Amino acid sequence: MKGEAAIKVEDLTVAYGEKPVLWDVDLTVPSGVLMAIIGPNGAGKTTLIKAVLNLVNTAAGQVLIYGESYQKQRRLVGYVPQRGSVDWDFPTNVKDVVMMGRYGALGWLKRPGRQERDMALAALEKVGMSRYAERQISQLSGGQQQRVFLARALVQDALVYLMDEPFQGVDATTERAIVSLLQELRAQGKTVVVVHHDLQTVPEYFDWTALLNVRLIASGPVRDVFTEENLRLTYGGRVSFLRHGEPNGAPEDEKRTGERGI
Amino acid sequence: MKRGPEKGESNVDVPGLFSDLFFDYTLRTIALGSAILGIVSGALGSYAVLRKQSLLGDAMSHAALPGIALAFLLTGSKMPLVLIVGAAAAGWVATLFIMSIVNTTRVKYDTALGMVLSVFFGFGLVLLTIIQKRPDATQAGLDKFLFGQAAALLERDVVTMGILGASAILVTLLLWKEFKLLSFDPDFASTLGFPVRILDIILTTLIVIAIVLGLQTVGVVLMSAMIVAPAASARQWTDNLGIMIILSAFFGALAGISGALLSASVPRLPTGPTIVISVSVIVIVSMLLAPRRGILWRWWRERRQRGRLRLEGILEDLYSLALEHNDPGHAHSLSVLRLMSAGKGGVEKSLEILSERGLVRAVRPGEWALTTAGLEEAEKTMSERSGMSDER
Repeated sequence: MKGEAAIKVEDLTVAYGEKPVLWDVDLTVPSGVLMAIIGPNGAGKTTLIKAVLNLVNTAAGQVLIYGESYQKQRRLVGYVPQRGSVDWDFPTNVKDVVMMGRYGALGWLKRPGRQERDMALAALEKVGMSRYAERQISQLSGGQQQRVFLARALVQDALVYLMDEPFQGVDATTERAIVSLLQELRAQGKTVVVVHHDLQTVPEYFDWTALLNVRLIASGPVRDVFTEENLRLTYGGRVSFLRHGEPNGAPEDEKRTGERGI
Repeated sequence: MKRGPEKGESNVDVPGLFSDLFFDYTLRTIALGSAILGIVSGALGSYAVLRKQSLLGDAMSHAALPGIALAFLLTGSKMPLVLIVGAAAAGWVATLFIMSIVNTTRVKYDTALGMVLSVFFGFGLVLLTIIQKRPDATQAGLDKFLFGQAAALLERDVVTMGILGASAILVTLLLWKEFKLLSFDPDFASTLGFPVRILDIILTTLIVIAIVLGLQTVGVVLMSAMIVAPAASARQWTDNLGIMIILSAFFGALAGISGALLSASVPRLPTGPTIVISVSVIVIVSMLLAPRRGILWRWWRERRQRGRLRLEGILEDLYSLALEHNDPGHAHSLSVLRLMSAGKGGVEKSLEILSERGLVRAVRPGEWALTTAGLEEAEKTMSERSGMSDER
């Protein structure tokens, strides 16, 4: 597996109805990087992650995980969805949610047992939530919910992690804790891909980045591609996109900025 | 409102009813059938409620009506099994319609549900009218599926219900962890390799089974109540999925049995509505009384909280006054304290409560000061409060 890209996305296009959400994206994520996907709202960051995970229908393109199809390599990939994607009033407790990360390895019909419980408790320890193992999930704060989801991904024991906005709505302390956890994962040789919003922290937290706005603007080491020029291309106006005359949902003023940029 | 047979009307012979329950063949059959219906719809309804698909049950049960009528028209048979298969097929087709409308058009889920429900139900009523106008005498009785009629249950119907219901519950137990994951986080389930769509189809099929089991007894119009109400009640009492499902099944059975017994003992009382009234009583009690989630419980807790905050506020006022005077024992007049609590009433009453607890004392009539214990208490609550804000 050494030397092979952890994730290789080729010609990926996703459309909801007639509106393209991702347009012809080619992205290579080398093994062992901690990567931020950045881009404005509606840029398709979440869709990109979901397309890699085969959760949305793609119009074109393919995704390879360590050189093989996602279906074959599913076990190697861990997922942290957006915190708001589930109903936190579901009748269950923290430990049970974390154990769900083992359900795939358990396979059909088998129930989680002592081994799964121990793994869950160890993961909760890692994210600093062991005191909350028996807590009903509706009683958690936003940061705690996020850490439960991280623990659930940890017990998956994956090689590649895809995380959708793990810093959303968490306080500064939790954010630092999560970052050091992600860096620890990278130190173990795992690949971590994070949808990220806070541009200021990109150089500090990550070593790799992809700038996305429907099309992939740039990707590579942070110090090479995290440039003003690329950021302007990503956020400033939808320049390159408009040139194709594709319909887009940008507000009027944004469209105008884009046109001036041509 | 009546709650179960034990609080029934005066013309109900309660002890007689209970002995009939065990020794009277008809009543035993009816009660058993209603209990099975309650258990199965209660257990599977839990998933419908947790997945926010409560109204899907409503659409499915209404849509079952044309299925029943068509099954009769095609086979000429009134065998419950034949009609149930027709009902299930129609409920299924309706669900497929709803899903494909949502997936292929801009019509939203609730609208699609309403459309399919009314179209199928209307079609069912038309078919029912046609059947009733036919000259042969065999058609009578299909309209009992509208509101249900437990009295018509035969032993072999109950056996059919038992087998179907037991299979549905067995599948639920086997796929326990899969259904739990599907209900909580379907996307995550999919990334783990579970075929979410197939699981969804299996679970929906089980809910259809739960619904058709009840059609003979409760009827198509009210069956959705048996899917939603026991589960919504059970959710009030527990935060554990397993306990919720068991409790929901129990509530369903309780409502089924009490409704069936009531309608059997009071002439001209229809079964379906009576069962639904019984389950409504369970819902009301659960919504009001359940610990933590119940309305009364929350009201009481808020009241207590408010009272406690008011006492703390006055302690703090006295504390800050004492700080200003550098003397904890300094007495302050009631009017000053009234001013400080910004016009909120009950200052005198609160002071009396505090003095009963030994936290304040009246130095002179109308003048109050902190005691040593009160001073400690005020310092404690204030440091707790600042500690709390640090944590956030």
